[in-house]
Amino acid sequence: MRAEFDVIIIGGGITGAGTARDCALRGLRVLLVERHDIATGATGRNHGLLHSGARYAVTDRESAAECIKENMILKNIARHCVDDTSGLFITLPEDDLDYQAVFVKSCLAAGIKAEVIDPKEAIRMEPSVNPSLIGAVKVPDGSVDPFRLCASNVLDAKLHGAKVLVYSEVTEFIKDGDTVRGVKVLDHRTGEVSEYYAPVTVNAGGIWGHRLAGMAGVNVGMFPAKGSLLIFAHRVNNVVINRCRKPANADILVPGDTVCIIGTTSTRVPYEECDNMAATPAEVDLLLTEGAKLAPGLAHTRILRAYAGVRPLVSADNDPSGRNISRGIVLLDHEERDGVKGFITITGGKLMTYRLMAQMASDAVCRKLRINADCITARTPLPGSRPGGLEKVARKIWEVPTTVQKAVVGRVGTRAATLSPEDDYAGSLVCECEEVPVSEVDAAIERMDVHNLVDLRRRTRVGMGTCQGELCACRAAGRMAQASGCTAKARADLKSFINERWKGMYPVGWGDTLRESAYTQWVYSEVLGLNGKI
Amino acid sequence: MQEKNLSSNNFEQCIKCTICTAYCPVVAVNPAYPGPKQGGPDGERLRLKNKYFFDENLKYCMNCKRCEVACPSGVKIADLIHSARRRYSVETPGLRDRVLAGTDFMGKAARPVAPLVNAVMSSKVVKDVLDVMMDIDRNRKFPKYKAKGFVSWFRKNAQAKQEGYSRQVAFFHGCSTEFQHPEVGQAFVKVMNAVGIGVQLLDEKCCGVAMVSNGLWAGAARHARHNVSVFKEAVAKGLPIVGVSSTCIFTMRDEYPDILEVDNSEVRDSITLVERYLFELVDSGQVKLVFKKDYRARIAYHIPCHMEKLGWSLFTKALVQMIPGVSLTVLDSSCCGMAGTYGFKKENYKYSQAIGEHLFGQIKALSPDFVCCECETCKWQIEMSTGRTVLNPIVILADALDVDATIAANAAPAAAAAPAAADAIDG
Repeated sequence: MRAEFDVIIIGGGITGAGTARDCALRGLRVLLVERHDIATGATGRNHGLLHSGARYAVTDRESAAECIKENMILKNIARHCVDDTSGLFITLPEDDLDYQAVFVKSCLAAGIKAEVIDPKEAIRMEPSVNPSLIGAVKVPDGSVDPFRLCASNVLDAKLHGAKVLVYSEVTEFIKDGDTVRGVKVLDHRTGEVSEYYAPVTVNAGGIWGHRLAGMAGVNVGMFPAKGSLLIFAHRVNNVVINRCRKPANADILVPGDTVCIIGTTSTRVPYEECDNMAATPAEVDLLLTEGAKLAPGLAHTRILRAYAGVRPLVSADNDPSGRNISRGIVLLDHEERDGVKGFITITGGKLMTYRLMAQMASDAVCRKLRINADCITARTPLPGSRPGGLEKVARKIWEVPTTVQKAVVGRVGTRAATLSPEDDYAGSLVCECEEVPVSEVDAAIERMDVHNLVDLRRRTRVGMGTCQGELCACRAAGRMAQASGCTAKARADLKSFINERWKGMYPVGWGDTLRESAYTQWVYSEVLGLNGKI
Repeated sequence: MQEKNLSSNNFEQCIKCTICTAYCPVVAVNPAYPGPKQGGPDGERLRLKNKYFFDENLKYCMNCKRCEVACPSGVKIADLIHSARRRYSVETPGLRDRVLAGTDFMGKAARPVAPLVNAVMSSKVVKDVLDVMMDIDRNRKFPKYKAKGFVSWFRKNAQAKQEGYSRQVAFFHGCSTEFQHPEVGQAFVKVMNAVGIGVQLLDEKCCGVAMVSNGLWAGAARHARHNVSVFKEAVAKGLPIVGVSSTCIFTMRDEYPDILEVDNSEVRDSITLVERYLFELVDSGQVKLVFKKDYRARIAYHIPCHMEKLGWSLFTKALVQMIPGVSLTVLDSSCCGMAGTYGFKKENYKYSQAIGEHLFGQIKALSPDFVCCECETCKWQIEMSTGRTVLNPIVILADALDVDATIAANAAPAAAAAPAAADAIDG
């Protein structure tokens, strides 16, 4: 089998998804190849902070300026992915209040609206904040749902003709001398190997781009910096809380959808361990201790799970933690750099600047293809992000929207109109914690490259709530079996989903989270009789 | 690890077992109501994210508290729902709701013309008008107002001799005793005096439960603050606050702090129901009850929802069973569907009757001489729906009491035995 494209993009994280969309919008024939599901790497393993750029204002002005620009763009093109919460940078008694002046000055220089407010005003704005704060600065931080953002980019790429292959791994570059002509791809689901050809191939593999580059015969030195985070069971804060000091451990608390997330840590890890990251007990303790300094309520709020990801930083110096490496974007044209034609790498950067990274990569692709096409992603809303707030959008579709319908609009934005449940069954809930109805689950299975329950979770939030799959997983497995016609596969999938949920609960397995998991185990083994049988 | 991992957010203790929804009487009959789990702990997470996720259908919650009784994790589910209504509901109570909630105001207004009001309110034409104009269901029977209230009876017939008793209680009679059922208050005084206890009245206001149900939060909180301050004075004088309506007592003990955010901690433990108060006195040997030898009755006991929540039905059971000629059947624990003013409303009427159906059927099948129940609105519902008479347990005790023998038994020195073991049992 031989298939021709204008560009092959490797990596279904936010960078690859954004690049696929950008190229597709420019009229290119695009192939996106991802070895797992979309958003499985660093894209899905971060805070979900919609940076204002303030965090980098003092140490990395270039990144800070990029962040604020992209921040304002995302608030327009990804409305349903973004929550415009605003943010605080607080100074605690043990912090140096002099840093605040430097911080504000740097923010303003980078174009970030930073406003010093009275600590009392900060407490009124965010009642959960540590009341002993001695200084506060208000900045335009927010939160962004990385899964939704990535899926929306993939969806739009597909709507513009892109072909998307998930669970498909590039095993070899097809080279003609010093020119990359295409890739050999192993479909993990079928075991088939196919060849795909294009004049340009883009390496958007994040930390795994290191290995991809090696496969293509070039060297991209990556710096794997592990970061761990904790998810609390509900929103303690409705405003992002940061520490006003040099970036350090566990100094950002982000309200994201129905939860809030504290992070992160930063440790260099061996490259070989990147595929298997988990939060350690020491990291959990550190996050809790430091987190409670931002919002004391965290000390006795239920924790849903702990997780860890790897930042795809590009090696620059000998910084052992990676904190001081620029978050700046790195675009490598390997023809210029290494003499390998038809191959570029887009890396560094961050979730916040994915669109700009995609624009830079797509510009490079177009240059190579000698095509003149403008980038329109800064002004073209993603699917589901047509204007109108949550309330307005919901009311446009339903006269009196129910809570479930409101929740659907909250997740899929204006696309909710196409998911309108036709009957009571379609409107009934699969996931009760996050209020995800059958119609939304079915639509995701049908249209959004969902091949297992974990994929479904990333598209819909099924299983992300308090019960962590206790009530929804078996219902969702039922919908999967309905779609695939294979009960045995759905049952195996159910088992791996429950185990995947447990992996995140294990490091924080105490209190109500432990009770919940014990109850879940009882439901699945004793009520459903699935003990040892799946 | 979190040293104190019991969340300060009570709803996080929910492990989604869903037993609350299984026990909810409303979910079973009304598909528009999301149910205690979805409206309570699940919905709270969404509401914390954005108040827009508040669901006005939470108004269908009867606040029966059966979800809380069922919950194995101690989550205050109905409190979550009502606090959410209080914080987020944008529907304002209409005239109908204000009229239904104003139990004491309406009682005072109706009393001077009680016979006329009762006649008018029984008229089919008036009921049709109320149904159309005010959304008060035309099938609902209204409780009859009495021309003379309990308090005026008390002042004229009982007050003078109360000071003569060595032990005293403060009596919270409640609106229904004052306006509709003064016989309940009279029975209370009769029993108390017979065992040697004097009764003092309080400067009470309606407990506020009807205002809570109808979303009149500010008024309810005002009443709560008034009552708590009056109770403080009584408690300072060493008087327990004793009532006859399970709903009033439950509201003043638990709803004041949990929903209305009125601190009652100084007086809460002194607020009790007459059945519990009396049982503890009898059980510890401090008083004796002597009953008529010829009293005979087959009684069915309906445990009101708020009595289930208080967990005090065992006191009533034990007291009524002390009457030698009584055969007592405890009915299945189920809601009658009335829930105060809930069943009056046109939009709730059919659900109200559907919820009570099981109970009505059981009563009809048993065909007791009468039904025993501590709650006046259950009484209205059961009497209307089954045709059986419903009596407050204190009325049954007063009827069955051999007053002279009881007075004699309690006058004897032996009766003054045993210290205050009452403290041992606390709800």
